[in-house]
Amino acid sequence: MGEIKYKLKNTGGFKSFILTIWNNMMSRAGFIILCLFLMVAILGPMILEQPKADYLNRLKPPSMEHLLGTDYSGRDTLIQLILGSRDVLLVAFWAGIISIVIACSVGIIAGLLGGRVDSILMLISNVVITIPSFPVTMILSMLIHVDNELMFGLLLSLWSWAGLAKAIRSQVLTIKHKDFIEASRILGLRKTDIIINDILPNIISYIAVNFIAIMKGAIMASVGLMYLGLVPFQGNHWGMMIQLSLTTSGALMGSGTIAYFLGPVVGIILFQLGCYLFATGLDEALNPRLRV
Amino acid sequence: MLKKIMTALFTILVALIVMFLVIQNMPGNPVDIMATDIMKKESIQYEIAYERAKAILNYDPDKPLVERFLDYAKGILTGDLGTSMAYKKSVSEIIKEALPWTLFVASLSLFLSFFVGILLGISIAWKRKKILNTFLIGYQSILGSIPNYIVAYLLVLLFSVSLGWLPARGAYSTQVTVGFNLPFLLDVLKHAILPVLAYFLTTVSGWVLSMKANSLSIMGEDYITYAQVRGLPNRRILLTYLSKNAILPMITNLAVSFGLLFGGSPLIENMFFYPGVGYFLSSAISKRDYTLMQGMFFVIIIMVVASNLLVEIMYKFLDPRLKEQ
Repeated sequence: MGEIKYKLKNTGGFKSFILTIWNNMMSRAGFIILCLFLMVAILGPMILEQPKADYLNRLKPPSMEHLLGTDYSGRDTLIQLILGSRDVLLVAFWAGIISIVIACSVGIIAGLLGGRVDSILMLISNVVITIPSFPVTMILSMLIHVDNELMFGLLLSLWSWAGLAKAIRSQVLTIKHKDFIEASRILGLRKTDIIINDILPNIISYIAVNFIAIMKGAIMASVGLMYLGLVPFQGNHWGMMIQLSLTTSGALMGSGTIAYFLGPVVGIILFQLGCYLFATGLDEALNPRLRV
Repeated sequence: MLKKIMTALFTILVALIVMFLVIQNMPGNPVDIMATDIMKKESIQYEIAYERAKAILNYDPDKPLVERFLDYAKGILTGDLGTSMAYKKSVSEIIKEALPWTLFVASLSLFLSFFVGILLGISIAWKRKKILNTFLIGYQSILGSIPNYIVAYLLVLLFSVSLGWLPARGAYSTQVTVGFNLPFLLDVLKHAILPVLAYFLTTVSGWVLSMKANSLSIMGEDYITYAQVRGLPNRRILLTYLSKNAILPMITNLAVSFGLLFGGSPLIENMFFYPGVGYFLSSAISKRDYTLMQGMFFVIIIMVVASNLLVEIMYKFLDPRLKEQ
């Protein structure tokens, strides 16, 4: 273990990163789960077609023909679940990317420039942290017209960047006065060059861990918004499936279609579990304080 | 302290601006929509209806932007929250009815998970039992990944639909008389069990984990070793040396979790038709009832800001290191 970590620190690189992940049991399990999800999300829509409504076979329990039964209009639940994974992942992915772009810009600018800019940006971040994100996202969902995955991701990330921005700022503050940054500054390099070449590589592992955490939160929030019926987003998103299973079939009230409700729920739990396991391993591998 | 109060005031200002922007950018002219609505319902002239709608919304589209915002802020800050169109009641009245329910459920589940979390966390750290630790990680990775309203739904399925032990809707049943009497209080408690349980099950492991981490780091401190060397009884070390110092940093988390509970209340309360702030917020949004929506939103913001300040003061009071400065 020690040797691999030593390697990681010196060479960086994709291969040693994967090796570190693979050596930790928990993150290996998480890594496998996430890879499976990714494969399903990429390959599923290529192979399968959008299921057609079939009103003769409505709300059927699981059978050989329909492994997870059918929904209120006779569409196959399993196919919807597979197609939906693409929407779930895309929404979470966009939310993660946008949040990280905002958080990095705010954190790096505040940390590097300091002074008044820093205090204003931190005041804004503190305010965003204090106001609970879910009600704001609910209200913003009236302003932002969500009609694709990108807009949905934007809606979710508007109020979820602040914690990471503060953390990145403090990371920047600790490496700001390290020798190699001072050297670049004395050499007269431009601020943008310093940010791209010196600061970003040093916080990239930290960002990776947070990317997973934000994706996890985004999935929770997106399903929540859909469950409340606030985002009329057409697609196979699992949140939509949960909402439909609760509103149109009364899934649990003894109609034999519990699979229709449990399918997306189990999917969400598995994905969250994958994220959680993957992130704990990442954290353990990259954070020296957690090594026992 | 002054800085904290400034941040709190600024937070409320930002909330005002967000809300104002939402009303500002609503599709169509909200006053016009509401005026047409009033005109149809009460068969009065459009001009009168228009004036009424302006008063209800506390919003005048004919004024310039800055003046409009100042008017709006003044209305909110003086407590004039307007009338809810969907419920035909003043918004402050709805808040008076809804807020106690949310406060009741949120604080009950918060303190329950806080105390259970502290007790379990410290005992897992003290006894170093491996089985408990493994169980804890398994529990956290599964229940920490399920949204709490899904847990709530499964609880309803188990305890209300299958077993029929507990009620699944509302805050009290219609048979009891509202007031300070025993049947009513028991009924309220019975209705609160499932929502509280749903919050509790999904948050308790987080408390246990952070309490365990705190305790472990304090157990490595020199004064604990010194106390053991002096031959103090374990009980004394546990109670006065370890628990006091390990609990202190958890106090700050109380405010954060309270904010999360209040923020997540729309989901749980919607699930149980529990007549709290979150329930009215989500119903206001789906009914496009703007006055009710802003009222509920502000209640949530103000409660969260207030709890943050309260915890700040409490922390100062409890931590002797801060008192001396």
